Amino acid sequence: MSIVLLLAIGGLTGGGFYLITARSLSRIILGFGLLGHAAVLALLVSGGGPGAAPLVGNGADAIANPIPQALALTAIVISFGLTLFLLALAQRRQDFSGDDLVEDDLEDRRIATQHERNGS
Amino acid sequence: MNALIAITILAPLAASALGLLWRRNVMVRDITTFAGLLAASVASFFILAGVADDGTHVVWVGDWNPEVGIVLVADLFAALVLPVALTIILVVEIFAIGQRRTSWGANPALAGPLLGVLTSGVSLAFLTGDLFTLFVAFELILVSSYVLLTHQGQRAQIRSGMTYVVMNLFSSTLFLLGLAIVYAATGTVNMALLAERVPELPDAVQLGIGGWFFVVFGTKAAVFPLFSWLPDSYPTAPTTITAVFAGLLTKIGIYAMIRFHTLTDMADLGPAMLVLAGFTMIVGAIGALAQTDVKRILSFHIISQIGYMLMGLGLFSVAGTTGAILFLVHHMPVKTVLFLIGGLIENTQGSSRLSRSGGLATAKPWLAVLFAIPALSLAGLPPFSGFVAKLAVISAGVDASSSVIVAVALIAGLLTMLSMTKIWIGVFWGAPSEEAEPVPTRRGNRRMMITATSLAVAGTLTISVFAGTLFDLSERAAIELRTPGTYAAEVQR
Repeated sequence: MSIVLLLAIGGLTGGGFYLITARSLSRIILGFGLLGHAAVLALLVSGGGPGAAPLVGNGADAIANPIPQALALTAIVISFGLTLFLLALAQRRQDFSGDDLVEDDLEDRRIATQHERNGS
Repeated sequence: MNALIAITILAPLAASALGLLWRRNVMVRDITTFAGLLAASVASFFILAGVADDGTHVVWVGDWNPEVGIVLVADLFAALVLPVALTIILVVEIFAIGQRRTSWGANPALAGPLLGVLTSGVSLAFLTGDLFTLFVAFELILVSSYVLLTHQGQRAQIRSGMTYVVMNLFSSTLFLLGLAIVYAATGTVNMALLAERVPELPDAVQLGIGGWFFVVFGTKAAVFPLFSWLPDSYPTAPTTITAVFAGLLTKIGIYAMIRFHTLTDMADLGPAMLVLAGFTMIVGAIGALAQTDVKRILSFHIISQIGYMLMGLGLFSVAGTTGAILFLVHHMPVKTVLFLIGGLIENTQGSSRLSRSGGLATAKPWLAVLFAIPALSLAGLPPFSGFVAKLAVISAGVDASSSVIVAVALIAGLLTMLSMTKIWIGVFWGAPSEEAEPVPTRRGNRRMMITATSLAVAGTLTISVFAGTLFDLSERAAIELRTPGTYAAEVQR
């Protein structure tokens, strides 16, 4: 198992988590991009060592494990689509308020202020 | 049987593709969408009948070996939950066709076909026999739910949609990382093989995998403390959408949790699950009491009820799992009905806010009756289905002599009753205390909406009539899940 790949997974995950905790949706999107790459690399590492291309007739011992690669491919397609959806969401948000910040639960805040008013 | 299983997954997907192609022709679009959903739910009842008689049915897709290929497994647990879920979607689609011309209706050109995609994902999630296909099914469900939630593009929907999408996307990413961990540890993602290989792993690794997937499925199921996205986002969507989400989405998280954690025998996680189950029940019930909007009260109830299912699972006994399955079957239709009635209230009064409604008991007595039945059922009063389900979970807790969680469950039940009373007093008694909103002129096809709601209420009553049969089936399903090796033996050949 390659130590470089493991370090790369760790770095991408750390960076991704940091970006996701931001308030701005565009940073969150970048964070998900990094996390997605980390997950795909992790899948690749989980498949074991490198080997020849998994073609019929290559012999089971010589070839790389094709299953995690198939899984990674599916995961990449899904995360690509969702990144686009998030970008569209950020765009729509900007149409409304001029920024792309994640807001608090408005109804929650309304109930809280109502409570304060009743108390005082 | 193979064909029936294929129909539940492919018919809604095909119908939604055709529905999108003919989205301008209202008649063709509605009929194809409806036919696809109808075919799937009829097929699911035949699957239940077949599985109850002949036992688990396995489909090896493309005839691949289960180690590399996809398997679909219709065991009793899946076959029991599937018809309930698919029938709910069908009823909601009838309601949606009636509601479409109102200002609260979802855009019919998108909502119908997307509901088809969601249905296909739901069937796949219930029937799949491997974790990766479960991931794909979750994505099918979630992607269509993202679009359904935000497609009207109103400000509140975009705001809460952002929280919803980010939370769920995060748990999906964790799911993917978890898959890599599981594959690295065991060399498979097939659940039957996992059931054999995970118990052989070192204890710490087992606990790590169990905990990881508890977080993944717990986020989807809105377990404490991962629930904050739910009451924020559900009420902003159109009623029909919220009804489907409330009935199904969180329950699929619980379903996956029951399947994965019993198969791999994660009994070590039981105590932690029980603690979180207690918090989920209480926080959900107290949260509901603080709210002043019908839809938000009901959203908090979803969280509270998830606690009961988690409690059944956390006991890790046959009786507990039986209770969890029965609760799942009872909860899905009841919750959907309550949201549909919330939609009817909104349609009659112009708002679902408690302060802006009142006096409906005299103005619309049938609405009060329709509300009372599922409300009492949700609070767990006899003779309704909620009583049987709650009794099963609580008696399992008594058997396991976990007195704290039983006490918490009973208190949460009382609090649920209290907040239902709050809706009753606010909506059905008294006069509106604030100026009511002007009732819009385009109120849609009310007869169709009421028919759909009445059908659904009748469905929940049917569940309480057949409670004995359902209890036996749930118990059989729980024994299958709790007996190591039965699932694995069926899937491998």
